[in-house]
Amino acid sequence: MTTPSDLISQDLATYLKSQEEKSLLRFITCGSVDDGKSTLIGRLLWDSKLILEDQLATLQADSKRIGTQGGDLDYALLVDGLQAEREQGITIDVAYRFFATDKRKFIVADTPGHEQYTRNMATGASTASLAIVMIDARKGVLIQTMRHSYLVSLLGITKIILAVNKMDLVDYSQDIFTAIQTTYEEFSQKLPFEEVVCIPVSALKGDNVFHRSPHTDWYHGPTIMGHLETVDILSNARQQPFRMPVQWVNRPNLDFRGFSGTIASGTVQPGDKLVAPSSGRTSTVARIVTFDGDVDSAETGQSITLILEDEIDVSRGELLSTVQARPTTADQFEATIIWMHDNALLPGRKYLLKAGTRTIPAQVSELKYKVNVNTLEHLATKTLKLNEIGICNVSLDQPISFDPYRENRQTGSFILIDHYTNATIAAGIIDFALRRADNIHWQSVEIHKEARATMKGQKPFILWFTGLSGAGKSTVANMVDKKLHSLGRHTYLLDGDNVRHGLNRDLGFTDADRVENIRRVAETAKLMVDAGLIVLVSFISPFRSEREMARMLVEQGEFLEVFIDTPLEICEQRDVKGLYKKARAGQLKNFTGIDSPYERPDDAEITIEGATQTAEEATLTIVKTLEAQGLIPTS
Amino acid sequence: MPTSTFTHLKQLEAESIHIFREVVAECHKPVMLYSIGKDSSVLLHLARKAFYPSPLPFPLMHIDTTWKFREMIEFRTNIVAEHHLDLIVYTNPAGLEQEINPFIHGSSLHTEIMKTEALKQALNKYQFDAAFGGARRDEEASRAKERILSFRTTTHRWDPKNQRPELWNIFNTRVRPGESLRAFPLSNWTELDVWQYIFLEKIPIVPLYLAKERPIVERDGMLLMVDDHRFPLKPGESPQMRSVRFRTLGCYPLTGAIESTASTLSEVIQEMLVARTSERQGRLIDRDVVGSMEKKKQEGYF
Repeated sequence: MTTPSDLISQDLATYLKSQEEKSLLRFITCGSVDDGKSTLIGRLLWDSKLILEDQLATLQADSKRIGTQGGDLDYALLVDGLQAEREQGITIDVAYRFFATDKRKFIVADTPGHEQYTRNMATGASTASLAIVMIDARKGVLIQTMRHSYLVSLLGITKIILAVNKMDLVDYSQDIFTAIQTTYEEFSQKLPFEEVVCIPVSALKGDNVFHRSPHTDWYHGPTIMGHLETVDILSNARQQPFRMPVQWVNRPNLDFRGFSGTIASGTVQPGDKLVAPSSGRTSTVARIVTFDGDVDSAETGQSITLILEDEIDVSRGELLSTVQARPTTADQFEATIIWMHDNALLPGRKYLLKAGTRTIPAQVSELKYKVNVNTLEHLATKTLKLNEIGICNVSLDQPISFDPYRENRQTGSFILIDHYTNATIAAGIIDFALRRADNIHWQSVEIHKEARATMKGQKPFILWFTGLSGAGKSTVANMVDKKLHSLGRHTYLLDGDNVRHGLNRDLGFTDADRVENIRRVAETAKLMVDAGLIVLVSFISPFRSEREMARMLVEQGEFLEVFIDTPLEICEQRDVKGLYKKARAGQLKNFTGIDSPYERPDDAEITIEGATQTAEEATLTIVKTLEAQGLIPTS
Repeated sequence: MPTSTFTHLKQLEAESIHIFREVVAECHKPVMLYSIGKDSSVLLHLARKAFYPSPLPFPLMHIDTTWKFREMIEFRTNIVAEHHLDLIVYTNPAGLEQEINPFIHGSSLHTEIMKTEALKQALNKYQFDAAFGGARRDEEASRAKERILSFRTTTHRWDPKNQRPELWNIFNTRVRPGESLRAFPLSNWTELDVWQYIFLEKIPIVPLYLAKERPIVERDGMLLMVDDHRFPLKPGESPQMRSVRFRTLGCYPLTGAIESTASTLSEVIQEMLVARTSERQGRLIDRDVVGSMEKKKQEGYF
C-alpha cells in the first residue's frame, strides 16, 4: 500500500493521474459505547497519514488533558468533535470523517451505540454501502450487536465487516475469535447480508487495521483497510431500471426545456424511451446536457439535464422512468417507519411526506405493530416513540411513484416532516404498494362546488373558531351564525359538544383521540364547503398541526382561523360548565389548559381579545373582516 | 459489465449539484455567500454546472470587511464581469463608522462586528431564506457533525443539539418566515479534493495561493503581508521580501502566509501533500480557546 505522500514526491503526474481513477466508498461503524469505534476511525486516519501536524499537536495536548489512555495518544479524540461530547467522553451524534488511499476515498459515518440513538445509526446507514460492526473480544456478541446488524440490514446494507476488537486484551486468542465468528454467522443468517467478513483487530495497537498483525499468524483473511480498498462497491442501483426524480425544470429560454435531476438508478442514453408515470405520457431522450457538453450516456449518481423529443408535461417531483420497467404509482403503501422525534407518532395526523423530490401530505392510516430491535419480536402499539420502529400503512393525498426499498434505496425511501415545526420526524422505507388504492376511484361528479355555490349566490368557506374551554367560542360562533343567516347566507355551525354526542361519540380525550376528533370534523366541514355552505366550526382544537391539516383540506382562502384569545384565569373564573373545577380537583383528565396543552395560533386570520371584547363587538369584527376579504357582500 | 468511470471527484461534484438544485427548487430566496477564496471558486463553478445553460438563479453576496487583500477584490471584479454575475457587496455600516480595525481592536472583535454581525445584517436586509456556503466537514472538529443543510433560528443561531437528521439524499428545506438555512454543498469534500478539482477543472483562483515574493512582516510566529499603508509597523519592523503563499484567504491582517516556492498549482498540491499542516492554522480566529469555532457558529458565524 502506498500513501499519497510516497507517490507524490516521486512522480506528481502519475499521482494526479491516479486521482482520476479513484472511487468513493461510504461506510458506517457501529458498536457499543466502549467497543472502540472512535479509536478505530482515529487509527484509520492516523495510518493513512491524514493527521496533519497541527492536529497532531492538538491531539497530544488533548490526550494529556482529557485522554483516556493515560497520556498516550487517544485516537478517539480525533473523531469526537463537539466540545460537550468530548468532555462527556462519548459521541452523541453522527460525525462524518474522510480519508483516502491511492485506490479509494472513504467517507465514514461514525454513529453512537446507545439504545436511544437508533435515529443516528439509521441516518448514517442510509448512505453507506458497507458496515463495520464492532465487537469487544472480551464481551463477544451482545444484544447491541444484534440490534446494530438488524438496523444496517433494514437500511439496505448487505456488506458487513465484523471487527473483533481488543484482541490484544485476550492474547490474540484464535479460539475466542472463532467462537465469536461462529455465533455471529449463525445469528446473521436471518438477515439479508451478501457478505460477512470477520477480522481480528486491535484498533488501539493497529493490529490488522492497516497493517497485518504479527500476533495473529493463524488469521489469513484481509486487514480492515485491505478489505475496504478492494470490496466490490459498484452500486447495485446501476443494474436497476432507469429512474430520475425531476428536481428542477431548466428553462433559460423558449427553445430550451430540460429536466434536471440526479439519476437514482440505471443508465440512460439518447434514444431511450421514458415515461412520466403520473400522466402515463411517454417520450424519447433527445439529449443529455451537462456543463461540459452533451454526453452519450449517463449512469446512476450523475447529475444531468435531459431533453425529451416531445413536449410532455413534466414538472418537479415527476419520477422519469424507463418504459420497460415502470415504477409503482399508488396513494397507499406499507412502510417501515423509524421514528426520530420526541413527539410521538399519532396515526391519523397529517404529516408531510417527502420522497425523492416530491412533498405531499400523508398520514399513517394503520399502525400494525412495532419491532423490538433487540429480539425482532412484533409488539402491538398505538403509537411510535423516539427511536421506535413500526410497520404501518401510509395513505397519501395524491399518488406518488416509487419502487420497493429492497429493490431501490433511492426511490423507495421517504422522510416525514412535521407541518408546524418543520422538523424531520421520521424516516420511512417502502415495503410494497397497497393495491386497494387502484380499485377505489373518485366518483367523477359533474355538479361541482362552484355550481352549488353559485346557486346559493355565495362563496363557501370555513370559519374555524379555536380557544380554551369557556373562552366564548360557541357564544361568538352562534352570534356570527345568526348574523350571516340574517344577511341571507347559507350557513351551518359544527359545535364541539354536539358533534361529540353523535359523530364522534366513540372518541375520548387522549391526544390521539383529539387528533381523530378534529380530523373527522375537518373532513365534514370540507364536504359542507363542497356543498357550497359557509361552515362555522367551534372546537377547542388545541393542536396547531390539526388546525393546519384542516386548513390544507380546502383551497387557499377558504379557511379563516378565528382565535378567541381569552386568558386561562378568566375562562377558569367563568367556568360555565364547572369543568375547570373538576379538572383542578383531578376528576377530569387531559383537560386543555390544565393538564393538556393548548398551542396558540401564530397567524390566525382574526384574533378576538376575549377578556375585553364583548360577543357583539367580536361578531362585528368578524363580519367586517369577511366583507373586507370579499367573502360576503358589503352590507 | 464495464467498470464505472464515475470517480470520487465526479461523485462529489454530482452530489453538490444535487444540493444546489434542491435548495433552489424549494427555497424562495437563496443567495450564495462568496468569500473569493478557493472553496468559493469551486462552489461557484459547481453552481454554474448545476443550472447550465441557465444563468445562476441567485445572487452572490460578499461580506466585505474592507480588510481583504487587494488581489482578492481585483479577482472578484474580474470573475463577476466574466460570468455576468449578480453580486451584492455588504459592509457593516456601524463597523465602518466606528472604524473597526483588526490591528487596534483585535481579531475577535473585528470578526464579530465585520463578519458575524455584518452577515446577520445582510441576511435580514435582503430576507434570504437560504445561503450557500463553502464550509467543509473536514475543516474543523465541530463541522464534522454539521448537516449539509444547517437550520438557523430567526436570530441566525445554530443549535447543535437540535439538528435535522439527513437521510439518503432527501433534504428537508422547510423554514418558517424569518428562519433560514445554510447550505453546504462542499460538506463531503476534503481540502485535497478541492485542490485536485481545481487542478482537473482548471478553475481560476486568486494568485495569492501561489508563491511569489511579497512584503512580509513576522509577528508572533505569523508571516503577515503588508498589503497596504494601513499596516502599522512597530519600531524595528520593516517589510522583507519573502517568497510566500497563502493556504487560506481572509482579512490580510489576520491571515498568515507560509514560506514556499510553489509557484504553480501542481507544485502547491505537491507541497501541500508533503508538508501536511491543516489549513485553518493560517487563520487567527481558531487559536483563542478550545471549541472556539463551535462557539462562533452558535453565535451565527458561518
